[in-house]
Amino acid sequence: MFAGFDFGILWLNAPFLWNGMLLTLQLTVLAVGGGLLLGIVLAIARLSSIKSLAWLVEAYVNFLRSMPLILVIFWFYTLVPKLIGRPVSGFYSVLIAFVMFEAAYYSEIIRAGISSVRRNQIAAAMALGLTNLQSMRYVVLPQAVRNMIPVLLTQSIIMLQDTSLVYVVGLRDFLTSADIVASRDNRPTELYLFVAIVFLVICFSASRLVNRLRRRYAL
Amino acid sequence: MIELTHVSKWYGPVQVLDDCSMSIAKGEVVVICGPSGSGKSTLIKCINGLEPFSKGTITVDGISVGDRATNLPKLRSRIGMVFQSFELFPHMTAGENIVLAQQKVLGRNREAAAVKATELLARMGLAEHATKYPAQLSGGQQQRVAIARALAMDPIAMLFDEPTSALDPEMITEVLDVMVKLAEDGMTMAVVTHEMGFARKVADRVVFMDQGSIVEDADKEAFFGTPRSQRAQLFLSKILQH
Repeated sequence: MFAGFDFGILWLNAPFLWNGMLLTLQLTVLAVGGGLLLGIVLAIARLSSIKSLAWLVEAYVNFLRSMPLILVIFWFYTLVPKLIGRPVSGFYSVLIAFVMFEAAYYSEIIRAGISSVRRNQIAAAMALGLTNLQSMRYVVLPQAVRNMIPVLLTQSIIMLQDTSLVYVVGLRDFLTSADIVASRDNRPTELYLFVAIVFLVICFSASRLVNRLRRRYAL
Repeated sequence: MIELTHVSKWYGPVQVLDDCSMSIAKGEVVVICGPSGSGKSTLIKCINGLEPFSKGTITVDGISVGDRATNLPKLRSRIGMVFQSFELFPHMTAGENIVLAQQKVLGRNREAAAVKATELLARMGLAEHATKYPAQLSGGQQQRVAIARALAMDPIAMLFDEPTSALDPEMITEVLDVMVKLAEDGMTMAVVTHEMGFARKVADRVVFMDQGSIVEDADKEAFFGTPRSQRAQLFLSKILQH
């Protein structure tokens, strides 16, 4: 079936493709990390008793969640340099866009996780003399995190796939690098097949990991 | 030891507690009963400040619960509470459930807390279940772990909020037996329950509530003999039929 195909092309271009993969992984890790941190802050703000703050965050989350990611990337690419008055590298503008975008999704997941812990659990913790902070730390969050880990990981896998959108600002992620090789050497089948397999392997291992975590920490 | 004077509480326009006064002396066992929605659970949760109240005062061991200056977590750590739905922490084993607050609130070291947990689990007849998670235990076992968790704090009084209402009939006895022993050991207890057998056996007083107010507060003998109020008579005739 693969007669006439030349998979040696992958080997020849391995360093170039690896560089693309590095950018993809770098963006994913930074965006997931930043998105999670901002997401936690947003979730807490949204659960806070300060009505105006909760409302503001809700508006932010709903707004970003109704936008296509690629539009958000365009915005930040054109907007950020204007806001700070000097040019910004494609990498940072994309990273900021990703963090802001992902934070909206993560905050919803975290909020749902915290809300999923029954209110009486907090009452039980307080009745034992734990402070608000201790109840959160030892009783609510451990349960909330267990509830949200599968969804958080799924969202992070989507993030990994979405990094391929950075080609619009001229960055060379894994898919874009493969695409460049594909058109230059006219070997699209080999390259696209390879990209598909790599994504499949990463996502499959991640979902296996999710399942194992879920079994291990199921409540 | 526990003193409630003219306690009222509103949820918005709805009054759920209406001028409730009662007191529980050291070593006394008081059963609080009444139809559902009569405010018994709310009242008992006011005692350790889990529910705020709008008017009146509550003091526990001389400390005012409603006072803003009161260190509520500290006060709560001295009053045990048992919930209808057990509320064990599902991510911890039975043993860890009992150890947590001993360490984090009382500052006991891990070994001392674990020794206490083992000792209490044995007292509850659960010695072999220390490493099990709540989901692996029956309702009756979970409730006994919850009682052990509260007792681990060496409380000066125990509050029970319908501790057997969520249990299958065959498990009610095992929980009540533990509570009877606790009462006989001299623990100060306030128990919201429909278990009139328990009330007859160990209660010193029975408090009957209806529509947010304390309708009757009588010695056990007087209450089960002839309650003064019609509403209490009606309630008793309904729940003693079966």
